Amino acid sequence: MITIVFSLFLLTMLVLVAVAILRTDNLFTAVMLSGIFSLLMAANFFVLDAADVALTEAVIGAGISTVLFLGALALTAEKDRSPPVGSFVPLLSATALGGLIIYAVMQAPRLGDPNAVVHNHVAPWYLEKTPELIDVPNVVTAVLASFRGYDTLGEVYVVFIACMGVMALLGRVRPRRDSIELTEYEERSRNLRHHLIPRTVGKMLVPFIVLFGLYVQFHGDFGPGGGFQAGGLIAAGVILYSLLEGDWRGRELVPEWFSSLLVALGALLYAAVGVACMLKGGHFLNYSVLFDDPIKGQHVGILLVELGVGMTVTGVMITVFHAFARRGVR
Amino acid sequence: MEILGLYNYFVFAVLLMIGLYCILARTNIIKSLIGLSIFQGAVFLLYISMDKRDGGTAPIIPTDAPADIIYANPLPQVLILTAIVVGISTTALGLAVAVRIREAYGTIEEDKIQEMDREQ
Repeated sequence: MITIVFSLFLLTMLVLVAVAILRTDNLFTAVMLSGIFSLLMAANFFVLDAADVALTEAVIGAGISTVLFLGALALTAEKDRSPPVGSFVPLLSATALGGLIIYAVMQAPRLGDPNAVVHNHVAPWYLEKTPELIDVPNVVTAVLASFRGYDTLGEVYVVFIACMGVMALLGRVRPRRDSIELTEYEERSRNLRHHLIPRTVGKMLVPFIVLFGLYVQFHGDFGPGGGFQAGGLIAAGVILYSLLEGDWRGRELVPEWFSSLLVALGALLYAAVGVACMLKGGHFLNYSVLFDDPIKGQHVGILLVELGVGMTVTGVMITVFHAFARRGVR
Repeated sequence: MEILGLYNYFVFAVLLMIGLYCILARTNIIKSLIGLSIFQGAVFLLYISMDKRDGGTAPIIPTDAPADIIYANPLPQVLILTAIVVGISTTALGLAVAVRIREAYGTIEEDKIQEMDREQ
């Protein structure tokens, strides 16, 4: 009962925050509210038994996405100067879409219905066969890295290509003398070093965030977590350090060449594991052939693949953050 | 109770409407991108709502687990987990385009950009 009340509250809050985002014309407010929106969404996912997804949404949606939006705001505008809406077309199409969907979901199975089609097709097979074929406790990791390894490989490359796009648009970051020698005022305005409390508390948090990221990376087979969440967490730690100390200090901590290298190496490692499986005489990304014992092969394969995912995601998030931060100096 | 069981889907529909309205009605590019992420969040909510089973728990099977534990459906979770990360990457790409538009035109309002294009 208490879960139902809690989830009703969270869902209602989601709608209220979304309305507030729509109504405000201050973009800074809108970005902050969208961070809250993501955090509420993460809590919702947790109530709905999706621990892995909740972790991802909290790290990526509430954390990194907000910082990237703020970075873009600093380079564009702070106010939304949309003219008042002159036509009915947006309202009409939004209402039509909403009405159509509400009509459609009236026949959907209610929340948690064990007889829903989605629970009675392939899902039981994965739940039943994972302990036998893969033998890792977290079924989400098993499906992500092994059963559906092709999809995840594709997604890692989508992230990789998006990162290349950002770098192509905002420029590969090169050390430039004139941008490093900032005036004292500029230096003060580009970090939080003169704010004692955020700086002290924040700097204390950074090593723990990175440590937790590593735990999530290597414990992903057993509990909620994996490469995507760990990548986001480690990048969040580095980004927090950059925000506190100034982005060039962040680049001293994790040099630009290193984060770009991580992006490429992670994607290559993932594909290389697939090729190694082929050389061993199996199919692409069929880890069972890596060792004589198929279960051990699966374990090692999943570990390596998740490491590749984690490296790429860490590298992409840090590189993209620096691309925005660096643009502001010019 | 029947209606309460569909509450997630209603919230999904309302969020979808808000997101779409935000994209269509606002001419500010950053605001449209925020609208897009609301729209995206709504779709995530729809998928994750589907994975829930009554009396279930997260799909992490402990060793020597009793056979009668009910697990949530792992498949929608895998889909959405990767979709979130892909979503932020594509949003970052959109933001990068917005930054370049601002540098080229001095504004990120679509109507002003169109005016400038017509004048040329």
